[in-house]
Amino acid sequence: MSRVLLLQGNQAVVEGAIAAGVKFFAGYPITPSTEVAESLAEKLPQVGGKFIQMEDEIASMGAVIGASLTGKKVMTATSGPGFSLKQELIGYACAAEIPLVIVNVQRVGPSTGQPTSPSQGDLMQARWGTHGDHWLIALTPASVPECFELTLRAYALSEKYRVPVILLMDEVIGHMREKIELPDDYSEFPQAERKQPDCKPEDFKAYATDESLVPAMPAFGSGYRWHVTGLVHDETGFPKGTPAATLAAANRQRAKIENNLDDIVQVENYRMEDAEFAVVAFGGGARTAYETVDMARKEGLKVGLVRPVTIWPFAEAQMKELAGKVKGILVHELNCGQYVHEVERAVNGKVPVSLYAKYDNEPATPAQLLEEVKKAMAAL
Amino acid sequence: MNMEEMINKYFRPGRLPHIWCPGCGNGVVTGCVVKAIAKLDLPKDDVAVISGIGCSSRASGYLDFNTVHSAHGRAIPFATGVKLADPKLNVIVLTGDGDATAIGGNHFIHACRRNIDLTVVVYNNSIYGMTGGQYSPMTPTGSKATTAPYGMIEPDFNLTELARAAGATFVARATTFHAQMLSDLIVKGIQHKGFSLIEAVSACPISFGRQNKMGGPAEMMMWQRDHAVPIAAWDKLPEEKKEGKFPIGVLYEVEGRKEYTEAYDELIAMAQGGK
Repeated sequence: MSRVLLLQGNQAVVEGAIAAGVKFFAGYPITPSTEVAESLAEKLPQVGGKFIQMEDEIASMGAVIGASLTGKKVMTATSGPGFSLKQELIGYACAAEIPLVIVNVQRVGPSTGQPTSPSQGDLMQARWGTHGDHWLIALTPASVPECFELTLRAYALSEKYRVPVILLMDEVIGHMREKIELPDDYSEFPQAERKQPDCKPEDFKAYATDESLVPAMPAFGSGYRWHVTGLVHDETGFPKGTPAATLAAANRQRAKIENNLDDIVQVENYRMEDAEFAVVAFGGGARTAYETVDMARKEGLKVGLVRPVTIWPFAEAQMKELAGKVKGILVHELNCGQYVHEVERAVNGKVPVSLYAKYDNEPATPAQLLEEVKKAMAAL
Repeated sequence: MNMEEMINKYFRPGRLPHIWCPGCGNGVVTGCVVKAIAKLDLPKDDVAVISGIGCSSRASGYLDFNTVHSAHGRAIPFATGVKLADPKLNVIVLTGDGDATAIGGNHFIHACRRNIDLTVVVYNNSIYGMTGGQYSPMTPTGSKATTAPYGMIEPDFNLTELARAAGATFVARATTFHAQMLSDLIVKGIQHKGFSLIEAVSACPISFGRQNKMGGPAEMMMWQRDHAVPIAAWDKLPEEKKEGKFPIGVLYEVEGRKEYTEAYDELIAMAQGGK
């Protein structure tokens, strides 16, 4: 049996979390993500899970890392200022390879900015917010049903690659209400499993890997005692500061992601089969773009939409391929232009890339975007 | 168990020698933690040791338990996550005075308030040792530090009173001179169901003692002997004789206040019963 519900994106994330088997949430109230915390405070105890409202965003990150070490699937949720506060420990989770999911429902920034207004201004922060070279995954849903699906997918990726996954939402998607059909029984959803060691505890090396480059991760209390640190460490997990150990750690953490881009990077194409011009948009911005594409098509313009579902790692191959298929590209994003630089880099001058940046705290209308598409096409 | 047996059982092979300076009190405090765990005969798999960043926080890497060397000031949030997610683990936090009371001060008071069953051992050497001698919130007023070259003008925290006011249910203090007492207090702290603070007054001869002309490690331990007063005697001291001294022993203990993870289990039962 299934239910047809009218949910907002934040609530769909919560349903996705329960379906994924999340058993621990630590967070701090912040608009426009608070519904995630409120709803999990109610639902987690019903499934035997734990919810804790910590004293701040930093503590929330620390608590989810700690809980993940006990083998639980964990989540935290935040927005703008809170996402900034979480950055140091996001780096810790990258360095120590701790699976966890961070929901960031973006709002207008910097600083307090506009708490209830949509923005996609954290694109680069999601990739580069913490200090040092690091690799992680960010996914961006564009509908309420996709909030549910991508939350499940976030856990699949996080557990498989032992990496923090950011569910990079925006206020449009977080607060928009849409129809979603969900099964009554979530047990049909596959539960992401963390790789476990197959050696004896005394032979266990915490960061030794097979060809997957992803180390096994036994839970605290399982009999495999290991050391977790944010210091650069070798395969034993203990600090080691030699150039060789530093290089090995960085290269493996990079390769475990970059060797698997086919598995990690998802891009949706809409009416792209015969498109001569592509709009690249994601999240809330993509909702405008679907309609714009339909309007353009009615006017006989061969326009399609390319929607990165995986924001990070960047859809390099897909954008390079796109450059060989169309005559021009317009990137539409709800910021002053962040993703466009990555697209330009990948396209590398092969076709013109233009930007429709919308950063006045309101999403674009389809007509506004269509006008920008026409301008860009006329300039080709 | 003699010392060699204890080292072989509870310290990780190949991780010693430690990084601490000659005369540092951190080894004494860490030894007291291990003796307490040995006395209670806690299975190593059931113990999680979480530390922050700083000299004392390097202790976690030497010990053969489930260990986390977390981020600066964040040992208590990490430990809160571990304990709440798996309450059967004995969770012990090893942290320094700067780690616990400056950058981690907010986490410290809230963990006290929740009365979550953590045993927090604060290695108080009155200084940031790893960065070379800057003042912490527990550097005594008037002391020299590299960032207080004219003397510390801020008042220092009384950490045990802070913990008590914030809701901790077991609060104790000892020094590295009073090592047996320190170990016994850690035993009590681990046995206590609720938030336990054990402040371990320790010496940093290199980064604190030298700047403050306190002599070598032995002289600094004698300073501890001469300034620490057992709580029973302390309570009888007239106020004017307390000046410059501090009490040691169990300073505050209350039974029966609800522990956080137990309260959460009751919440789960309520949420599931209400379905």
